[in-house]
Amino acid sequence: MTTTKEAASRTLSLADLRLDPRRRRRERTINLVFMGAAALSIVISAAIVLSLIGNAFAFAIRVDPASIWTDGWFPRRGMYDIRTLLAGTLIIAGVAMLIAAPLGIGAAIYLSEYARPRTRALLKPALEVLAAIPSVVLGFFALTWISPNLIHPISGGPLFNMAAAGVAVGILIMPLIASVAEDAMHAVPAYLREASYGLGARKRTTSLRVVVPAAISGVVAAVIVGISRAIGETMIVAIAAGATGGSLFELNPFRPGQTMTAAMTSLAIGSDSVRGAALTFESLFFVGFLLFALTLGLNLVSDSFVRRVRERY
Amino acid sequence: MASIGRPQPVTTTELVERRLRGATLDWRGYVLQGVLLLSLLLALAVLAILLADIVIRSIPIFTERPLEFLTGQLSARPQRAGISQGIIGSLLLMGFVVVLALPLGIGAAVYLEEYAHDTRTTRFISTNIRNLAGVPAIVFGLLGLAVFVSLLKLGTTLIAGGLTLAVLVLPIVVITTAEALRAVPTSIREAALAVGATRWETVRSHVLPYAAPGILTGSILSLARAFGETAPLLLVGAVAGTFSSGGNLIAQLFGSYTALPTIVYNFARESKAEFRALTAATIVVLLVVILLVNATAIILRNRYDRRW
Repeated sequence: MTTTKEAASRTLSLADLRLDPRRRRRERTINLVFMGAAALSIVISAAIVLSLIGNAFAFAIRVDPASIWTDGWFPRRGMYDIRTLLAGTLIIAGVAMLIAAPLGIGAAIYLSEYARPRTRALLKPALEVLAAIPSVVLGFFALTWISPNLIHPISGGPLFNMAAAGVAVGILIMPLIASVAEDAMHAVPAYLREASYGLGARKRTTSLRVVVPAAISGVVAAVIVGISRAIGETMIVAIAAGATGGSLFELNPFRPGQTMTAAMTSLAIGSDSVRGAALTFESLFFVGFLLFALTLGLNLVSDSFVRRVRERY
Repeated sequence: MASIGRPQPVTTTELVERRLRGATLDWRGYVLQGVLLLSLLLALAVLAILLADIVIRSIPIFTERPLEFLTGQLSARPQRAGISQGIIGSLLLMGFVVVLALPLGIGAAVYLEEYAHDTRTTRFISTNIRNLAGVPAIVFGLLGLAVFVSLLKLGTTLIAGGLTLAVLVLPIVVITTAEALRAVPTSIREAALAVGATRWETVRSHVLPYAAPGILTGSILSLARAFGETAPLLLVGAVAGTFSSGGNLIAQLFGSYTALPTIVYNFARESKAEFRALTAATIVVLLVVILLVNATAIILRNRYDRRW
């Protein structure tokens, strides 16, 4: 008797659907904590942009305009020739891409179209190991092995040179290009391949004329992100390209050269305090700002290409 | 008119049949396959040469004085130099990454994947994180120099270095965690929500356990990344510091420091030939740690690779 009475009096009300206050409070706190963690990324980005812009601006208004268009990059002598850095950066990134683009895209086609599952299970982790090698290690390798064994026989030039650094940077970014390009080819639906086979096309025709064109946006994205990474690579250049104090304007890849990134490290470690000469501290941030803008632009372009692949399939 | 030595097909059926049999060998296809495989193997050959070259160079150090090398202090004299300060410094830096970047990164990913609605703000945050992951490491060094070293007046201390590294890997942790969370099917969440669990209870009891292997793999890989990172540390002062050895942990955190990859860089810049072996030996220590960590991650991922 009592049970039915109790049950009748306990019809569900709105309060039963609501969580008890303690659980609700906990939910809200946790939500806020996680939101804070996510918002932190905005804070970090803002901090990067602000710290770069502030000092870069200070450099831009105080520097003598003539000194950013002189014979070379010798910040401690007040010579801030940006062209020197840009030339070095482009040459090394260019050499790197000559190595990394063909190797990376070739490897991607092989892994996506030709490799049997077992081969793939062996080769992919091997590539990941290559990707995991820190750049400072590749820098040492560039100086002690690539330069004397690969570059010197061709050029006969100095041990420290941009070509050796470029080759090492190429090796460094090749796994990245392979992985991004392979993802794109993997996303190409099987029916496109089947349609091609159905028309009587061979494997090689299908791979080169159907899969690669269908994934071309992703392949382009891979190359662009590779360029961006090559431009931002620091340690290999700092060790192997050989211009620590400063550098004259140089276009010959077999000679020493300076990139934006390496210029920044040599500025930072050049003396015990970065605040040594007049504008060196600010010039560091000016170069950093250029580098940041350049890589961000490339990354955004690459991103839009990746999105195009994703939208299509 | 008719080619000599080759019997002409009599009927169309015969012609079609011959074509379908694929009488010719597609040697170009084999060449292409070979070239493609070669591009992959070439890169791996460089990896093999690199590992072999560095191990061979390091042999003198590891045969003559392995203990002294691992436990000794940095020195300008190559016969006596050891890397203990770098090992301790690197481990402490990793501590910062584990304590700061992992919880914050995982929290941010949980928010973006589980809590946030698809608003403009959310999309802005995810785009922002993806772009942060593409920012060159050295720019994070500038951030550390401007914010942690100068603005917060931490100076070139281990704390500044640790914070810089934590900020550097944060976006990577977020991205890999978000990927792991996305792989958990919605039905798992719905099951929990349907029996009255709150958002957090769903995440804690259902989503996170299933995503844990993926999150762990991503976290381990970002640790390995931080372990080998050099450029940002140079900017926030790891190079000037040899470790302020002795003293308690707090004193070390506020002292000058060095890390394994910066030691590699310093040794590599020395022109004396004796330093080559020393550099190689330090690289061996660095690589052993990084490759072990990576292998753990790969094994973890393969073991728990779940298809829904």
